[in-house]
Amino acid sequence: MDQRPIPGTPIFDGRRAQGGYALNKMCYSFNHEANRREFSADEEAYMAKYGLNEAQKAAIRARNVLALIAAGGNVYYLAKFAGIFGLNVQDIGAQQTGMTIDAFKAHLVAQGA
Amino acid sequence: MATIIGGLAASHVPSIGGAIARGETQTPYWKPFFDAFNPVHAWLADKKPDVAIVIYNDHGLNFFLDKMPTFAIGVADHYDNADEGWGIPVLPSFEGDPELSWHLAESLVGDGFDMTMCQELLVDHAFTLPIKLMYPNAGARWPLRTIPITINSVQHPLPTAARCWKLGQAIGRAVISYPKDARVVILGTGGLSHQLDGERAGFINKDFDLLCMKDIVDDPEALTHFTNRQIVELAGSQGVELMTWIAMRAALGGPARAVSRHYHAPLSNTGGAVLLIEPASEPGRMAAE
Repeated sequence: MDQRPIPGTPIFDGRRAQGGYALNKMCYSFNHEANRREFSADEEAYMAKYGLNEAQKAAIRARNVLALIAAGGNVYYLAKFAGIFGLNVQDIGAQQTGMTIDAFKAHLVAQGA
Repeated sequence: MATIIGGLAASHVPSIGGAIARGETQTPYWKPFFDAFNPVHAWLADKKPDVAIVIYNDHGLNFFLDKMPTFAIGVADHYDNADEGWGIPVLPSFEGDPELSWHLAESLVGDGFDMTMCQELLVDHAFTLPIKLMYPNAGARWPLRTIPITINSVQHPLPTAARCWKLGQAIGRAVISYPKDARVVILGTGGLSHQLDGERAGFINKDFDLLCMKDIVDDPEALTHFTNRQIVELAGSQGVELMTWIAMRAALGGPARAVSRHYHAPLSNTGGAVLLIEPASEPGRMAAE
């Protein structure tokens, strides 16, 4: 694919997929309720079990979506992490764009007008 | 002889499942989208398809990055839905059609499409919700058999629009060469424009979506000239789900007409779309031509 960047738009390519593998593998495990509970009971132990690097661990601790993406996270797997906290795609959209939830929803509505 | 009786393109945002579970399908926010399925229900009641070939993208329920097929086909006698991690209800199991699946696999691989063949495949919201929308009153048993076909939309490099078009054409050829009787509807699920990640999260491009709604019916090959980068730029990073529409449309082949079409944005973070199309000629004629 043409490699020119698109502003504000991460492309989950081989470089990101390779660098983010441990983080994404942990988030993929959150398809299972038992794993979500195990993570919630001891986040540090669970991150260590999956071999997250320091940047990934810090981003998980901070619940920071842009940092998680910068650390190689893919949004489809990160959504499962966000789900543990009851956050949906509008919540994570608001966080990434620095908007309030209401402002983010209004932004969506404006584009459909 | 198997015939393709129509194609349905539909958005598949997970919150559709939440809205159904909470009984919100007639609230002002959701009503336009759910009501767009009324003509689809009438069409299904009239045409009674036996099989749905569902072209969709898995979002990390079945496939992970350890092994990521570009194109995969289910060849199982049933497909289960499962917990995706964020709490929408799990839907009843879907019956497969292994004989037709294996025929498709033979034909597609013979035609140059080296499919990953899956005897176990968990189907996620992209597969389940469009079928639930088609048959909202189905109980524990769905009224038709299903065959999942997935297109990688997670990890770049993704297949090109031109390649997905050719895959769809090969699916069409495979179906009409099946000697047994089957009335087949092709689904393409996903889209339209949306982006969940990055500082541009929340991006929706209504103009591009409306262009897609028109071209997918009347001039679908025009959409195959976009590069993946162009599609990401125009439709958002998850707007690449347009590939499923392109493959669906190619499977129908020939001229087509829209039976019903609906566009409404935003649907969650997405340009919400429902488009039902039929071959302009009578089903079965394509096989004879």
